[in-house]
Amino acid sequence: MTFSFKRPGILPGFWPAFSYSVLYLSLLVLIPLSAVFLKSATAGWGKFWSTITSPRVMAAYRVSFGTSFAAAIAAVVIGSVIAWALVRYDFTGRSIIDSLIDIPFALPTAVAGISLTSLYAPNGWLGRWLAPLGIKVAFTPLGITIALIFIGLPFVVRSVQPVLEDADREVEEAAASLGANRRQVFWRVLFPAFRPALLSGFALAFARGLGEYGSVVFISGNLPMKTEIAPLLIIAKLEQYDYAGAAAIAVGMLVASFVILFAINRVQGRSRRFLETKLS
Amino acid sequence: MRSESKLVRYALILLAAALTILFIVLPLAAVFVQAFDKGWEVWKAAVTEENARAAIRLSIIVTAISVPLNLVFGIAAAWTISRFRFRGRDLLLTLIDIPFGVSPVVSGLIFVLVFGAQGWLGPWLSDHDIQIVFAAPGIILATTFVTFPFVARELIPLMQSQGADEEEASIVLGANAWQMFRRVTLPNIKWGLLYGVVLCTARALGEFGAVSVVSGHIRGETNTIPLQVEILYNEYNYTAAFAVASILSVVAVITLVLKKTLERKTREAV
Repeated sequence: MTFSFKRPGILPGFWPAFSYSVLYLSLLVLIPLSAVFLKSATAGWGKFWSTITSPRVMAAYRVSFGTSFAAAIAAVVIGSVIAWALVRYDFTGRSIIDSLIDIPFALPTAVAGISLTSLYAPNGWLGRWLAPLGIKVAFTPLGITIALIFIGLPFVVRSVQPVLEDADREVEEAAASLGANRRQVFWRVLFPAFRPALLSGFALAFARGLGEYGSVVFISGNLPMKTEIAPLLIIAKLEQYDYAGAAAIAVGMLVASFVILFAINRVQGRSRRFLETKLS
Repeated sequence: MRSESKLVRYALILLAAALTILFIVLPLAAVFVQAFDKGWEVWKAAVTEENARAAIRLSIIVTAISVPLNLVFGIAAAWTISRFRFRGRDLLLTLIDIPFGVSPVVSGLIFVLVFGAQGWLGPWLSDHDIQIVFAAPGIILATTFVTFPFVARELIPLMQSQGADEEEASIVLGANAWQMFRRVTLPNIKWGLLYGVVLCTARALGEFGAVSVVSGHIRGETNTIPLQVEILYNEYNYTAAFAVASILSVVAVITLVLKKTLERKTREAV
């Protein structure tokens, strides 16, 4: 394999900047990350497979995937409503709400975790109203889902917002002038245009939810087989010095999240091409 | 043009505001309310207690090392990617994002696998009496890994949209590389750079999952602020836990304010 580097122009510093970037990236990210794959391979395929298919690990994967999926769906619905109001309507407090959307990005996950737990505990601000209705949130999968909605919401709002802002209102007007009613305009004109943004918001929230730890461990209660998430099981394996087992669970999660991120890129690429052909 | 009726419009605005408050604002507000539950004196005692002070000190040290490292990398990577075309450029761009796609727990795990007692370098390190994992160096490594993409991700699109014209002009006019960087590049990217540093700092101070795996959880020694919050909470010392957490929440609020300002400045700089 040959590498050819073309350096058009006269700007200095390609080699130092390039070499430093690649070296730093390799030492800090690529080599350590390869350790997790190599470690899970050292124990052999049989051990790898028996680890990730053991009942407790399967249950943890089920909890992680199930709650992340439910939370991402909920975040898409809630996030779309918020994004729609923020972009389409002018109201007092709009820019404040817009700034507040980023709180989950900025608030450390452990802080979010203890705060959500205190809110939804049976004697908490919200929990005390839900408890008489027989709805238990803290220490159940529902609690995990709520924590993941908190984490996922900004991803959805920030994915949908720019697309809504760019949406050409003339297309809507054209549809309306051709006799479409508001519902038809929404489902036939608006929704197809937003689908890629909704999908990418969904995928980002889902991928983030799968790996999330800090905001979940406090509210989940960590009951094996019931509310134990996959990242927590990695820590449990590490505490038993089962490095290969921890690495195996991690590989399962890494593969899943890379597949999801790869899928988003495919979908986004396709929708970009779709929009480009429509415009040309 | 026909739009939603007034009623639908108000209903949607109210719904959006209610959802934002319920899901996003309430968790933040609950931190402050519970932190000051038992008054100012109790709050002050909790955050100035010895182990809390040690945790704050460690968090500041970790942040002060990992943020500059990623700052230098961010500038180098953005310069390479935005100013030159070379084979593997797209690959480099993709690889920079990896830490964002990795679970925090896995981000800590990889350093245990490399430097831990049964890791690749474990035997060599213990022979030479060097401790990385379950000590400050491991916490620094994990934090640097987790905050790795922030500066680069801010700078790359900014520098791409600004273009290289001004830099090329300065070189043609006889500036050397350092003069070009100081007088042309840096003034152009300063707000974007600062924005990246703010996000990087906020995350470095607040990182929990990755640090939790590599920290030995030794009170007063290898506990960062978020880990101190966890310990206090698990001891049912809720008021103290929320008091320490309120420091991080203030940092988060400051981050949001700075973010808003810097986003505007960055847009103006393009």
